[in-house]
Amino acid sequence: MPRLTIDGIEVEVAPGTNVLEAAKRVGVDIPHYCYHPGLAIAGQCRLCMVDVEKVPRSQISCNMIAADGMVVHTETERVVETRRSIMEFHLINHPLDCPVCDQAGECWLQIYYMKHGLYDPRMADEKVHKPKAVPLGPHVILDAERCILCSRCVRFCDEITGTGELGIFHRGDHSEIGLFPGQTLENKYSGNVVDICPVGALTDRDFRFQVRVWYLDTAKSVCNGCARGCNIEVHTNRRRPHHNQGKRVARLKPRFNADINRWWMCDEGRYGFGWIDAESRLASPRVRRGSSAVETTWDDAVHLLAEGLKRYRPEDIAVLASPRMSNEDLFALGRLANHLGVSNVDYRVPPRAPGDQDDFLIRADKNPNTRGAELLGLESSRGGLDAAAILQASAARRIKLLWIFHHHLLDSAWPEADVRAALAGAEMVVFQGTNADEVSAAAHLVLPSAAYVEREGTFTNFQGRVQRFRTALDPVGEACPDWRILGLVARALGVSDEALAAERADQVFQALAASVPAYASMSYRALGDAGLVVAS
Amino acid sequence: MEKIFTRNFHLADSHTLERYRATGGYTAIGKAFGMEPAAITEEVKKSNLRGLGGAAFPTGMKWSFIPKGSTAPKYLVINADEGEPGTFKDRYLLERDPHALIEGMIIAACAIDSHLGFVYIRGEYVEPWRVLSGAVREAYAAGLLGKNIQGTGFDFDVVIHRGAGAYICGEETGLLSSLEGKKGWPKIKPPFPAIKGAFGHPTIVNNVETIAAVPHIINRGAEWFAALGTKSQGGTRLYSVSGHVANPGVVEAPVTTTLRSLIYDHCGGIRDGRRLKAVVPGGSSAPILTADEIDVTMDADGLKNAGSMIGSAGVIVFDETVSIPEALMVVARFYAHESCGQCTPCRESTGWIYRMAHRIVDGHGRKEDLDTIIDIAKRGAGTTICAFYDGAVGPYVSYIEKFRDEFEALIRSGHGA
Repeated sequence: MPRLTIDGIEVEVAPGTNVLEAAKRVGVDIPHYCYHPGLAIAGQCRLCMVDVEKVPRSQISCNMIAADGMVVHTETERVVETRRSIMEFHLINHPLDCPVCDQAGECWLQIYYMKHGLYDPRMADEKVHKPKAVPLGPHVILDAERCILCSRCVRFCDEITGTGELGIFHRGDHSEIGLFPGQTLENKYSGNVVDICPVGALTDRDFRFQVRVWYLDTAKSVCNGCARGCNIEVHTNRRRPHHNQGKRVARLKPRFNADINRWWMCDEGRYGFGWIDAESRLASPRVRRGSSAVETTWDDAVHLLAEGLKRYRPEDIAVLASPRMSNEDLFALGRLANHLGVSNVDYRVPPRAPGDQDDFLIRADKNPNTRGAELLGLESSRGGLDAAAILQASAARRIKLLWIFHHHLLDSAWPEADVRAALAGAEMVVFQGTNADEVSAAAHLVLPSAAYVEREGTFTNFQGRVQRFRTALDPVGEACPDWRILGLVARALGVSDEALAAERADQVFQALAASVPAYASMSYRALGDAGLVVAS
Repeated sequence: MEKIFTRNFHLADSHTLERYRATGGYTAIGKAFGMEPAAITEEVKKSNLRGLGGAAFPTGMKWSFIPKGSTAPKYLVINADEGEPGTFKDRYLLERDPHALIEGMIIAACAIDSHLGFVYIRGEYVEPWRVLSGAVREAYAAGLLGKNIQGTGFDFDVVIHRGAGAYICGEETGLLSSLEGKKGWPKIKPPFPAIKGAFGHPTIVNNVETIAAVPHIINRGAEWFAALGTKSQGGTRLYSVSGHVANPGVVEAPVTTTLRSLIYDHCGGIRDGRRLKAVVPGGSSAPILTADEIDVTMDADGLKNAGSMIGSAGVIVFDETVSIPEALMVVARFYAHESCGQCTPCRESTGWIYRMAHRIVDGHGRKEDLDTIIDIAKRGAGTTICAFYDGAVGPYVSYIEKFRDEFEALIRSGHGA
């Protein structure tokens, strides 16, 4: 293991580590544009220069492999002056139109100019003009004048997706990023080029000009778009509610996790958050009175449900749990079903069409917690009916109370007529979920669930990695986390169970860890930001 | 003085295999096939042959960088992309003595254990390409290229690849990128081409003239070649002399020749009885010399000591009618046009400097422009992947520093601010 000295601090790094990464290890941030740890070394921006003892010229630290005994200086007068010069070169043709640029506030030209530039501008000639506001694909738009030609986006499309839509065309200061003839930037991961663009050249078509980034708040989360569970940040706009068309979730950004998604996420996950602030969100409990549904209180709704659960025999009750629910929700649901003696529990509703899958991040299973549902035993191993049998039994009026969690059953592979027959067959249909649809409209009782960004919890991904998601927002209206709703129902039923009486999600998880061997010894604290894999 | 490179140039059929053989051609390969590869490299080292394309790197040393015992394919690439403004000597070699290049390639291939060579030839060089292609066909037909050359068991193929007109493709790693079918962007070093070059394999890139010298060295010995030059550089070389001399053209002379002698003895002095103003001694990238600075020897070290460089030995002679600010504008336009755009300092400042130079010539110069040009040129120097920008800095700084009065007078008399 090479041991080197950076600004007087000794550090030992893995063989092959470059000086730029080695410096990070000792808390030294060497400014850079073209270098990205997930992409090949380009060495183009020339900003990451350092001085190395016994090497006459300054070197780019991205392409210098740490060697034993190397002595690196990142703040020599020469390095400081070179950085200032490189910043000036980067900016001479830049439009400097920060007030109208959507990147302002998270632009590395701004950040590094303030940190390493601060020269007096002396460019008095006409700047080079290039195309502006060029759509590259459905999600990404290019401003070639703001581009610093670091080539990260080109390398992303060459090396990560292998789709190669982008190139750098022309030469010298007329060089510009562009699409190869006949190409569109519409690979399944195209949004990542916006993340890795250090400047305002590539921006998100759905986000730009919606809200200034300095108004955004950030919460660590996990994408619920498929079984991969890519780590994300949820960026929310709460401080300027009149911006972003009134929507609270402004964008999702990937969050590094070495074991899951590294720096990346797919477009489907990235842009698939519209349902959270949709008109269709269920904001209060509703009960059917005759042909119309009316809002009611939680007390009333929970009482009604408890009454129903008491009224029917356990074998006349069926529960369609959902792999979109968190581990905490599913655990609470399992416990409640046990108390009630209900064994007709399953979560496996087949999707209408097989999900898209690739060999990178995207999984065919579009649910974030199928593995959790499996491990927590939310299926017919309980000895009851499986999901398909529940549907048939309900249609045949053998199920009296059908409690559906989250499933948009009319969007499943099940024939529409069978679903409608099942909904019509049960005496009491309860829908618990986040958004209204025909199922919720047909339900006798509707219980509004908090969306995953409105609460905390954990998902278990397809590889068995248990990962936390944090609260980014308050729930809409009176919506509640599913585990809490289940606790209310348990209390109304007079069930005495510590897990169902929990006040916080971490307490539910604690009870889960104590009772399910796969999760033994896990806790929210132990899961941290990167998660842990279940015991096999 | 004995001519080496140009000895057959006066013969109408000097490009043919028959004539080449009749004048002693393809005898050096016989010797080379009898030598250990390391001994060939050693001989070239001892000859003090230095790269004649621009960087003057010792050729034998370059060959010795090929990893020993590597089983990977190794490539020999000839840089025939002669693009340095003021340089046209490789064109003459390709048109008039292509077999010297081919024979040199076979010997170099033996030395580095290469079985595939490429000649990357400037796209605009249609006639040289045609002649070289004919010579390669002749060599194949005579069993001098291909499988089992002359029954020695040694295989060597030559592929000619035409460039598409970019100056940067004359930079050795830009050339390799282009040869690989990519945009002609120079590659970051390390790794160097000898370790990881064309198509990711060990590669030696040599200039046409450099390799054309090799058969003579093998035939007549390293000592003979070394004795023609200085302590650090052997041989004669070709000087492309252009501009305001009476007899411009390609001149072969020992590297110990002075610039004055080249201009006045070999090229008939300044034409039309005018006075010499300045000389660019090594292609457009070489810092300019004033009329008082021409008593320098035309070897790599001689010009280095004079604050310039031998580069490609393209000698551009300016008489008193030349406006240096205009010359700077022209050369700045060239570098702005040819910068590949990969590294920020070069991409951004070549265009900026051209715009400033253009403004000065247009009469809108500002007095701070000259210091700005010098400052940004010096700040960018040495910060880029390849030597292109350092080459541009040569003229930017030297034209202004050596002819500052002329620039200042133009700025003062300009109608701008």
